[in-house]
Amino acid sequence: MSDTRLRSPLGRVMGLGSAKEGVAHWWAQRVTAVAMIPLLLWFVIALIGLTGAGRAAVVAWLHAPVPAIATVLMLIAAFYHMALGIQVVVEDYVHTEWLKISVLLLNKFVAFALAAAGIFAVLRIAFQS
Amino acid sequence: MSQIQRPLSPHLQIYKPQLTSILSISHRATGLALAVGTILLVWWLLAAATSADAFGVAEAFWHSWIGRLLLLGWTWSLFFHLCNGVRHLVWDAGRGFKLKTAYASGWTVVVGSVALTLIAWIAAYVVRG
Repeated sequence: MSDTRLRSPLGRVMGLGSAKEGVAHWWAQRVTAVAMIPLLLWFVIALIGLTGAGRAAVVAWLHAPVPAIATVLMLIAAFYHMALGIQVVVEDYVHTEWLKISVLLLNKFVAFALAAAGIFAVLRIAFQS
Repeated sequence: MSQIQRPLSPHLQIYKPQLTSILSISHRATGLALAVGTILLVWWLLAAATSADAFGVAEAFWHSWIGRLLLLGWTWSLFFHLCNGVRHLVWDAGRGFKLKTAYASGWTVVVGSVALTLIAWIAAYVVRG
């Protein structure tokens, strides 16, 4: 019984307790946050440089390997961070179970779809000959 | 399962708004605003990857007054979320919890995010000529 001391008999019989996920969500939010500090600063500076420059300049910029890779990394970190952040907001404010599950699913789907679309756009420009 | 009627803590309107609480909810609000902004970022990338016509439509939107107003809002949201996010990372490291320090870092985030927004926009207008 030593491993169940902190759990109530009801909680034990219902299988409640640790979801064995620990701090994964919290940690991923921080990892993506730290990753985005340099990536976003770099991206904003790049966008400022491209202000009013037109499509040819944007295409030439993303055609180079480093901007293309950095932009893809930025998109991955941003949409991962976004999905985690919105999930917490939904879990805090939506208490109707079916609605909460639906919005959480939608959140994941939209985040993945936007990430895929953004990465596709960057790669399409990068691989254009 | 039956709901147990437990005493509740007072709701939001009971408390006096403070810098710390305002910045806390602003972190969520700017996070959600940035999530909406990612849709337009992906649109811009897809337009650049597609054609001159598609990019022209996106550019026309960004150059309109509503486009500029939204971009200004998103610029500040980005810098606020970035600065306040760093503030959170410092807290995660277990530092900066003294009341005076929390207020000092809070005002630094407010002033810093506004300053960075102004710098970015002035730089963009200089680049554009």
